[in-house]
Amino acid sequence: MPECSLIDRLSARVRRRSFRKRSPSLASTRRCLATAIAATPLAFVGGCDVLRLGVANPAGPVAEAQWHLLLIVGAVLFFVAAPVLILTPIIAWHYRLGKKGNVYRPTWTFSWPLEGLIWIPPTGIVVGLGFVLWHYTIALDPYRPLPSTQPALEVQAVALDWKWLFIYPDQGAAAVNQMAIPVGRPVHVSLTSGTVMQSLLIPQLAGQIYAMAGMTTQLNFAANRPGTFRGQNTQFNGLGFQNQKFEVLAMPPDAFEAWVARARATARPLDPAALDGLMQKSVPPEPILYSSVPPDLFQTFIARTQEPSR
Amino acid sequence: MTEPLWPALLGRFGWQDLPFVRAWADPSLSEIIGAGAGALVVVGGLAVVVLITWLGRWGYLWREWFTSLDHKRIGILYVVIAFTMLSRALVEAVLMRMQQAAAINAPGFIAPDHFAQLFTTHGSIMIFFMAMPFLTGAINYVMPLQIGARDVAFPLLNAVSLWLTAGAAGLMMVSLVIGRFSTGGWTGYPPYTELAFSPDVGPDYWIWAVTLGSIGTTLSGLNFAVTIYKLRCPGMTLMRMPMFVWTSLCTSILMIFAMPPLTVATALLALDRYLGFHFFTNDLGGNMMNYANLIWLFGHPEVYILILPAFGVYSEVIATFSSKELYGYTSLVIATMAIAVLSFTVWVHHFFTMGQSANINAVFGIATMTIGLPTGVKIYDWIWTMFRGRVRFSVSMLYSLAFMMTFVLGGLTGIILAFPPLDYLVHNTLFLVAHFHNMLIPGLLYGMLAGYHYWFPKAFGFRLDEKWGRISFGCWVVGFYLAFMPLYVLGAGGMTRRSQAVFEPAFRPWLYVAGVGALVLLSALASLFVQLLVSIRNREANRVPVGDPWNAGGLEWSIAAPPPEYNFAVIPTVNDRDPFHGDKADGDPYAPPKRYEAIAMPANSMTGPALGGLGAVTAFGLVWHMWWLAGFGLAAGIATIVARSFVRDLHRTIPAAEVARIDRHWRRDIRKAKPVGRAVEGTRANRGLAEVEA
Repeated sequence: MPECSLIDRLSARVRRRSFRKRSPSLASTRRCLATAIAATPLAFVGGCDVLRLGVANPAGPVAEAQWHLLLIVGAVLFFVAAPVLILTPIIAWHYRLGKKGNVYRPTWTFSWPLEGLIWIPPTGIVVGLGFVLWHYTIALDPYRPLPSTQPALEVQAVALDWKWLFIYPDQGAAAVNQMAIPVGRPVHVSLTSGTVMQSLLIPQLAGQIYAMAGMTTQLNFAANRPGTFRGQNTQFNGLGFQNQKFEVLAMPPDAFEAWVARARATARPLDPAALDGLMQKSVPPEPILYSSVPPDLFQTFIARTQEPSR
Repeated sequence: MTEPLWPALLGRFGWQDLPFVRAWADPSLSEIIGAGAGALVVVGGLAVVVLITWLGRWGYLWREWFTSLDHKRIGILYVVIAFTMLSRALVEAVLMRMQQAAAINAPGFIAPDHFAQLFTTHGSIMIFFMAMPFLTGAINYVMPLQIGARDVAFPLLNAVSLWLTAGAAGLMMVSLVIGRFSTGGWTGYPPYTELAFSPDVGPDYWIWAVTLGSIGTTLSGLNFAVTIYKLRCPGMTLMRMPMFVWTSLCTSILMIFAMPPLTVATALLALDRYLGFHFFTNDLGGNMMNYANLIWLFGHPEVYILILPAFGVYSEVIATFSSKELYGYTSLVIATMAIAVLSFTVWVHHFFTMGQSANINAVFGIATMTIGLPTGVKIYDWIWTMFRGRVRFSVSMLYSLAFMMTFVLGGLTGIILAFPPLDYLVHNTLFLVAHFHNMLIPGLLYGMLAGYHYWFPKAFGFRLDEKWGRISFGCWVVGFYLAFMPLYVLGAGGMTRRSQAVFEPAFRPWLYVAGVGALVLLSALASLFVQLLVSIRNREANRVPVGDPWNAGGLEWSIAAPPPEYNFAVIPTVNDRDPFHGDKADGDPYAPPKRYEAIAMPANSMTGPALGGLGAVTAFGLVWHMWWLAGFGLAAGIATIVARSFVRDLHRTIPAAEVARIDRHWRRDIRKAKPVGRAVEGTRANRGLAEVEA
């Protein structure tokens, strides 16, 4: 299997990168602490890093709003769970068989006030949460363009086995397993799949949407600070699934222009031969940049599914 | 392929399909584990056959168990299947946890293909061949006793359901030895499971195992519903039914309506794979979104099929071990029915991320939160049931308490997942995996284990060992928290489910903790088996022949343990919600009947085992494209049904004298037994006769 060596090489590369030490700034340490306390009482010292990889360390307006929503919902839920977590052990222990002098009412089976207490306040909470849910679901609809003075950067993502192809139609460039975006400018991604269903997630930037053959889905997001963020396919799609990660390079606008120029200067067009190579099941060891893309490549992918199987 | 006979006989089978041959060719640890599992099935199967032959028990097993139409025997066989499959699927879970802990920036010891089969079989088995048989067995055993019936409405159909399930479970085991299983996960999402991407036998094994099982379950649902509607004893109105019967009824209704979409989904997928249809393919207009809707139209009600019977068990256990009547019976009935209805209105929350409009997601998100309401009410009803009671911390009660505390946490994360914008972040990650294990382990497994400890003395006539029960309970609870709480954190950090390898060192400590938790869970299962052995060894000391070891109020406790084949010498009449409590309070719970009558019970039939076996043979033939075998299985199955329709002698009459003899023997046990108080119910003094409390 040729892809095995590719997988090994990719793992080696990821390993090298992951071991590179990051110097945590004071601010990020504080944020990490706050996160650990707010998000989960389980976080222990060594485990703090894991939350920095996810939504608890948001790098864009969408993920930030999602993180705030999580905190709101978490706070409400704390009050929902607390009574059960407190009452269950206390009542069970207090009314234990061995304890003398307890009141014992074996045939007491109903009380209107208690009934009201267990139906009405929870209903109120669900109604309240329902409004919150409705508001945030509309506001954070992945199809909704982000408000901005700048036009959104168009990116077309094609899910392949086991890699992502990102097409920049306006720039005439493309990249595999690397998505460069300018900081502060909204990004509008159109997704489809050249193979089975996949799902695109960039935990620190935006949550996930499926990519399906013959169909287009959309995702809007933006980065508000420069950095390299992990993106991945979350839907199992075969033996290279665990290696199907990509990097999102959020960079200042001029650096983004330079990235586009670098791609266009690679003299590696995404011609039919290159495309055939991408269609093979494989994990590319390094991101690949392409200097040009055939027009309407994205539409070609969608149209393919109307034909009989190859 | 040069010899035409070979493919005609053996279909697409080749020597490479045997794990032993693969392990010989490539002696990697991953292949050796696969071959070892195959060998375990073969050696284990042979050992059982040799043991039974050596003991000369084939005739006994065939007459008393395999061909029996007694709902109690069928129920016990279901639970045996459940424990067998639980053992396999739990070992698979441990292997996956070990692999992930070992594969942080390393290849680990299980190859990606093997890992994918592991998560597929783990999920498929736990849902279809552990959870479903367990609850079906519990309903089978307990429900007819609780409604004062002598059997279910359709005893033969019951046996057919059992053996179809057994045949499907057998197919799962065969896939360890011959060929390989699907890698498409327990939901088998196309187009990945279509021929274009998975041309091997794996998805076909999955399709036919699930199809056989789902047909068996649909039939069970019909059988249970009719039994509850038609066979209740005189006086047992709907609102006098025990809570477990109510939850069984709701589960049966859900089975009837929710299983067909699954059967349709797997059948359409089979048409795609076998006859070149294009329901869910990528090309020629196929659309996998239809599959996602069908499978979750089944999949979400399925969650409540699994959880509701456990809710019924908790209602019985908490009331009994609090020495109290159930608080808020009407409330609980309404809540159960509300859950059953609402469970059909939330399926889209399994794919918020498919790109439908935000309004649709919002509607389904709110519907999802709404289910939390009746569920919360139930939890509070159980708390108020303990209130002003006398709570005994028996093993069943410990499971119930652990359930209430743990299930709430799962409910919380469920609400988080019900928010589409939050679901976008953690869908398909370990957060989701942690959530549904957090619902199903307390919400199903603890419930079934509570029921197992609660009704075991009724089924076998002796109590289970308390000490080992507590050890096992401790391991199930500690193991659960260690194994699954870290997954919430990992999921929030973006770790995807179904990952064979991991590239983030930050995941390491959490994966290690989860790995330890998996081992603790394995020791929980081991101590459950130790408990069974210890209990069988000490059975004489723990016998409860009178049949009421816990001073409970349902009809099932008013008869001997184990109950006679016909359950009730005389069909009882009830005028109360806890009829046996009422009789005990009146001071004459064991009044002998005025006279005994002959009882007609369903005669044994080999139709069930025959249909189950032939169903499995047909499925096996279809998987391997051995068309002659599939044709033979199908034809023989139809012939079996036709042959059965000629059988005239469907009943076996137990003469009145025999009924009287069995009943008087039991009454001698009652006279010999001393009533015991609740403080000593866990001791050898407990012979199943309860001291009536003032």
